[in-house]
Amino acid sequence: MTTTGKVTSSLKTDMIVYGCILALSGLQVVLAYQHTQGTQLMVRMLAVAVIQAGLGVMYFMHLRDERRNLLLALIPATVFVLLMMNMIWSDSFRLLHMRPK
Amino acid sequence: MSEVGLTMGGHVPGITEESPFAIPSKKLVMWLFIISDAVTFGALLFAYGYVKNASPDWPGPFKFSPSIVNVMLMTFVLVSSSLTMLVATRAAKAGNKTSGIRWTFITVAGGIVFALLHIREWLGLIREGVRLFQNPWGSPMFGATFFAITGLHLTHVIGGVIALTVVALGYKRGRYNSDDIEVWSLYWHFVDLVWMFVVPMVYLLNISR
Repeated sequence: MTTTGKVTSSLKTDMIVYGCILALSGLQVVLAYQHTQGTQLMVRMLAVAVIQAGLGVMYFMHLRDERRNLLLALIPATVFVLLMMNMIWSDSFRLLHMRPK
Repeated sequence: MSEVGLTMGGHVPGITEESPFAIPSKKLVMWLFIISDAVTFGALLFAYGYVKNASPDWPGPFKFSPSIVNVMLMTFVLVSSSLTMLVATRAAKAGNKTSGIRWTFITVAGGIVFALLHIREWLGLIREGVRLFQNPWGSPMFGATFFAITGLHLTHVIGGVIALTVVALGYKRGRYNSDDIEVWSLYWHFVDLVWMFVVPMVYLLNISR
């Protein structure tokens, strides 16, 4: 379904991806009501969200049908910037544990 | 090279390079906008995580009913509207103009329902006493971060509803073509994908236990 890329997905594939994304959303709710808390819960939630986003980008936005160099131009740079933002956590913990009384 | 070519910076008029990604410029621009917007939302979610982690009294106000049920309904509506947008794009690319316009407007309707559910959720929290810098439960920053993230997402949904309406009407009148429907479908799917991160970070990690 791209302007120039070869269409490789069908409506049936889209329906399967749609069902998977909804099922993963349901899984997130189930995870939220389990006894796991804190960082472990957040990591699990984010892992599910990343899978959902990956399915959406590849199948709904049809990035997998485009040229590989478009994917390589967009995704690694975005992921790199988002990973670099993780530098804030040490200061966040400092604020939590070393806050002036 | 002719004098004309040299005066135009070395390019021969009428000859253009092939796009390195083999996609039209407007589609590339939309992709670039999407990744910059993804980083914007990423920064907001990281800022939210920073403030939440640094606050020992961060509240968990979201009860299963009505908040989480409402959020599940909103998710269902938004993901379904992505599916209808896919159908609209597929129809438009196949040359079925009537079907393409109809499914685009069904997507717009989904966006409006999502926005209304979102506003209902906001009003519920405001009735409980949540304001930008105060709430009845704990850290005063909860309201600011909650309304900033969900508000930016709601702005994107409303912007998408307006854009899709304009593009669908333009497509009907012949001003826009199926490529424009496809380009704006990318935006709509992106808004859907952002919600996949907003739900766990903002709602599900703050449920009332």
